[in-house]
Amino acid sequence: MSAVTAPRTSAATSTGGGPPPRKVPWTTRLRRDRSLLIMVAPAVLLLAVFAYVPMFGNVVAWQDYSPYVGVRESPFVGWANFARVLTNPLFLDAVSNTLVITAFQLVFFFPVPIVLALLLNSVLTPSLRATIQSIVYLPHFFSWVIVVTIFQQIFGGAGVVASRLREAGYSGFDLMTNPDTFLLLITAQSVWKDAGWGIIIFLAALATVDPQLYEASVVDGAGRWRRMWHVTLPALRPVIILLLILRLGDALTVGFEQLILQRGAVGTDVAEVLDTFVYYQGVVNGDWAFAAAAGLVKGLVSLALVLGANKLAHVMGEAGVYQRA
Amino acid sequence: MTTRTENRPGKNAPPRPPEQPPTRSERYRALLRGKHRPVWEEDPTPLGLLVKALALLLIVGTVAYPLYTVVLTSLSTQADITRSGGLVTVPGSLTLSAYGQILSGGIVTRATIVSIGITVVGTVLSTTVSVLAAYGLSRPGSFAHRPVLFVFLITMFFGAGMIPTYLLVSNLGLIDSYWSLILPGAVSAFNVLILRAFFMGIDQSITDAARIDGAGDWRILGQIVLPMSKAVVAVVALFYGVGYWNAFFNAMLYINDNAKWPLQLVLRSYVLQGVTLPGSGVGQVDVDDGAVTGLPVKMAVMVLAIIPILVVYPLVQRHFTKGVIFGAIKG
Repeated sequence: MSAVTAPRTSAATSTGGGPPPRKVPWTTRLRRDRSLLIMVAPAVLLLAVFAYVPMFGNVVAWQDYSPYVGVRESPFVGWANFARVLTNPLFLDAVSNTLVITAFQLVFFFPVPIVLALLLNSVLTPSLRATIQSIVYLPHFFSWVIVVTIFQQIFGGAGVVASRLREAGYSGFDLMTNPDTFLLLITAQSVWKDAGWGIIIFLAALATVDPQLYEASVVDGAGRWRRMWHVTLPALRPVIILLLILRLGDALTVGFEQLILQRGAVGTDVAEVLDTFVYYQGVVNGDWAFAAAAGLVKGLVSLALVLGANKLAHVMGEAGVYQRA
Repeated sequence: MTTRTENRPGKNAPPRPPEQPPTRSERYRALLRGKHRPVWEEDPTPLGLLVKALALLLIVGTVAYPLYTVVLTSLSTQADITRSGGLVTVPGSLTLSAYGQILSGGIVTRATIVSIGITVVGTVLSTTVSVLAAYGLSRPGSFAHRPVLFVFLITMFFGAGMIPTYLLVSNLGLIDSYWSLILPGAVSAFNVLILRAFFMGIDQSITDAARIDGAGDWRILGQIVLPMSKAVVAVVALFYGVGYWNAFFNAMLYINDNAKWPLQLVLRSYVLQGVTLPGSGVGQVDVDDGAVTGLPVKMAVMVLAIIPILVVYPLVQRHFTKGVIFGAIKG
């Protein structure tokens, strides 16, 4: 067995002591690990075709692209498409809608799972806690079509609330088509669908808190609220910062499926975000190069945001999403 | 430590000898404290407990009520629905006729079969490919594992974008093919990393022992690593399966022929947007009743789209914490 004659480095180091690992020529390592490489191959192939080829497919953003001519033959037009994107008032509206939704949800969605986790963590009976957990996780696994339909049946023009109000003499209640309350509506939908699932990571962090810390703080005279402030919340801090970074990196991505389902009903003034803009300009209107340029701008800014936010976390002394290994 | 707390009045009364029966107030206190409260914690106030119970009840109700009323409406007669003016909360006479209507052939039946097919094929493919890739990347010091890992990581930080992906799928001739709903999202780097983190956490000495006994990597994966990782593989398969089952936008992009639509897209068109469903009365708006006509059928389509999740979820749910934590730590 070649594996025995040429052990992988960690196998040699993990035994502790022993001689330092020999320098194995790469041809030997290739032969030794060929089954591992065969295992990775299908996934790499799928990613190469469906993730990396499209990355290069972004060249259409610099072309006067026409689907009848194709990527190879379409003439290059320099930065013209990007200029069109960045001066397009609809694009700028989409950017501003996106950022407004992100900011709103950062304030009204982000803290909800933390509060829920603290509440659930105080439920001490294991069976009761497990039951509540499985119930609140559940909506995360429903599709956006189902979630939006449920909201429509309850808060829409023909929904339960509207029909009760009609009986009481108020007509015209329809949250689904009201642009003024749209931010509230989509945030409520997000909370209903994902806030429960969001607690899972906080509960995991809470489970790692050493109970002796609580005991010690009780001995020092700390009450419930001081224990939460000085023991519980510090335990959650790395997780909160990690999730904030991820959210910041995703600032330009706001519930695409959720919004595309409701854009028609509520109108583009409030529901057009970057992703729906790209879809309608490209796939619906056929302005492929323009839409690709808009999508590329979004992708690159998002990348910069993730890297920037992670850098910020490192500067603040937190672990962040990834570290230089 | 305990001596300090016992000295504090009202915190922890000194324990009575067991032979004396507990007094009424002691029984009351024990009831309030419950069995699981740690000794160092104060007695809960009745008001606090009440507020907490109400909050939890409200949260559970917010999740459960919509599901209850949707299921009930799908089982109700048109008369009950007209009376309640929409979703039904109080059960009246129940009937399965809505389900009979959508499952007796026609577009919903067809869409259900399409969705089941895509979900099964997609989940098997994605899970297999991901498990293999995760194991292939999980042996430390193996050939080229760092650059290959990087290939996966990059896709998490930079997506190619919708337009080039659409153009690619279209150029590959996959428009109106079911493969367009499976292949583009078949590998999620995140799920591969969850699996890889778990595989790396398996004690090296076990796999090393197998290796010395002459097992190759395929046997180690199949006979040692996989049986030890059933929980995390189940969670990842659930993530993939739910993703395939719930997807509608990829079908909106790639499937123009509405005879090939998956269930979620049918749900969107005929239930959410109220387009008339040919031949089954879904979405037909009667002038007298307004939009409530056909509501049982609409809600039955909803229930049909929820049922597989309700069936699989309890089986996998207890493994969540394990699988997700590993992903979160390493992700």
